[in-house]
Amino acid sequence: MEESDSEKKMEKENLGPRMDPPIGEPEGSLGWVLPNTAMKKKVLLMGKSGSGKTSMRSIIFANYIARDTRRLGATSKMFYLIVKSCDLNLNNTLGCSNLIYHICFPVDVEHSHVRFLGNLVLNLWDCGGQDTFMENYFTSQRDNIFRNVEVLIYVFDVESRELEKDMHYYQSCLEAILQNSPDAKIFCLVHKMDLVQEDQRDLIFKEREEDLRRLSRPLECSCFRTSIWDETLYKAWSSIVYQLIPNVQQLEMNLRNFAEIIEADEVLLFERATFLVISHYQCKEQRDAHRFEKISNIIKQFKLSCSKLAASFQSMEVRNSNFAAFIDIFTSNTYVMVVMSDPSIHIPFVESVRMNWKDQP
Amino acid sequence: MDFFDPTFDYEMIFRGTGALIYVIDAQDDYMEALTRLHITVSKAYKVNPDMNFEVFIHKVDGLSDDHKIETQRDIHQRANDDLADAGLEKLHLSFYLTSIYDHSIFEAFSKVVQKLIPQLLTLENLLNIFISDSGIEKAFLFDVVSKIYIATDSSPVDMQSYELRCDMIDVVIDVSCIYGLKEDGSGSAYDKESMAIIKLNNTTVLYLKEVTKFLALVCILREESFERKGLIDYNFHCFRKAIHEVFEVGVTSHRSCSHQTSAPSLKALTHNGTPRNAV
Repeated sequence: MEESDSEKKMEKENLGPRMDPPIGEPEGSLGWVLPNTAMKKKVLLMGKSGSGKTSMRSIIFANYIARDTRRLGATSKMFYLIVKSCDLNLNNTLGCSNLIYHICFPVDVEHSHVRFLGNLVLNLWDCGGQDTFMENYFTSQRDNIFRNVEVLIYVFDVESRELEKDMHYYQSCLEAILQNSPDAKIFCLVHKMDLVQEDQRDLIFKEREEDLRRLSRPLECSCFRTSIWDETLYKAWSSIVYQLIPNVQQLEMNLRNFAEIIEADEVLLFERATFLVISHYQCKEQRDAHRFEKISNIIKQFKLSCSKLAASFQSMEVRNSNFAAFIDIFTSNTYVMVVMSDPSIHIPFVESVRMNWKDQP
Repeated sequence: MDFFDPTFDYEMIFRGTGALIYVIDAQDDYMEALTRLHITVSKAYKVNPDMNFEVFIHKVDGLSDDHKIETQRDIHQRANDDLADAGLEKLHLSFYLTSIYDHSIFEAFSKVVQKLIPQLLTLENLLNIFISDSGIEKAFLFDVVSKIYIATDSSPVDMQSYELRCDMIDVVIDVSCIYGLKEDGSGSAYDKESMAIIKLNNTTVLYLKEVTKFLALVCILREESFERKGLIDYNFHCFRKAIHEVFEVGVTSHRSCSHQTSAPSLKALTHNGTPRNAV
């Protein structure tokens, strides 16, 4: 089936690439060729409008550095406009219950379907805003939104003046989760911590964490304090991703065996889309405690440069007289980085060992 | 900069200067800037007529392409008119469109620095020979700290691949800073054995090798050519030796005579550089 007129109009107006629709649209309806949504588990990224979700998402997934996110506009406003215009252009045969809409971001994002770890799709939702249209829409689609959810990440703006209201919306999301996806893992991010005075940060975070833990019962939530201006955001998302990997202990054991065979100093496993460190093994004490975030950032910056030339990097080898590091594709979802302090080791050796290990069950 | 301030000894400053870079804000009204430009270069020219005069038309990231060209043309016209009126037609101004939000500023600085290097022709020749014998597409001799390149081979420079190479240097230095220092934190990230190979998914290979304490050679080549890595490394070994000799000659002749002529001839000097291990 062809694209509907409203869709064509949307693309013509240059409103950016299409996103996965956040609700589970049945496949094939209205000519929308969907990936099989039944297979995909959702990661919901929710929070009040302006709490920092879009920036977060851009930095972790679409490879924008912190400075660029200031140019991102308000997501929900854009969403509202799109849906409204869709409304007006709708053919009567579509009917009200089958609204098609796009969530378009004002800035062109690198991936139109943000996927990671193979089959997880990221969906972003504003909730608890002033917008009554949004409110109604959200309420009416609640069950669809909260079905099939693997992970809920809820973002709280630490500077928010409406704590009561924030908690209220959070709790109603939890209710929906309990009903529709009771096994989902819950993470709370207390965000924009850079706006809090440094000596106050621990205190304020502990307070919030206690409140959230209390309010979330019987569900359990893990809390993190984050800011896009330092490494805390990465640490939080790394921890989240770590908990999503099915057999991470097994993976770590294999990694240790691998590292021991090749006598490496350190072996890191990265998720491919975000370059978050999923797992690591270290044999030698390393000086830099923040190196995971730094390496992630370094590689992502480079990936961004490559993408400007419509290319992506496949493998990397860096040496000086004290070390040799190899970064290469490992599985369909991961990259591996091997660091040796004996720089006389040659690539073919490392590669052959890696190949052997990949074939192991 | 106030030229009429008696504590500002511009004579002394300008005499030892090889190039003067004057920056004009393209997003602002540049009339006053042009006036000051004229005063500055006239004064400098009187003291040192051999100086290179470079004008950076800066902050052009906010302008459309047409506007950029128009601005450059306008500034060029006005500046040269001012000079002609003052009888200084021999004074040559070079203009560059720059912005910090892309690599144009690095490119401009690279060109300015290149004009000041007496050995430039020799370096270019060496690069040409090296790349044609090794099957390399393009090579830059970069200063690793500032990421401006002091020489490249004769094929045209593509801005995007230049950016990629700057970023490659960043990656190498950053990763080396994390893992490449000795246990007690001594040593440096960039040392004699520094090298990197980055393979992209479109059969492009980026190859970086240390040349001197400050310079790195960054090459771009195809994966097929990279299969002859042994040959490339041997050629690089000869190239590196030659570069060291060029700069050694530069140092000795600078000491003996104060005026640099065109590229000095290569002398077979023994030098105590570490012999590279041919792979």
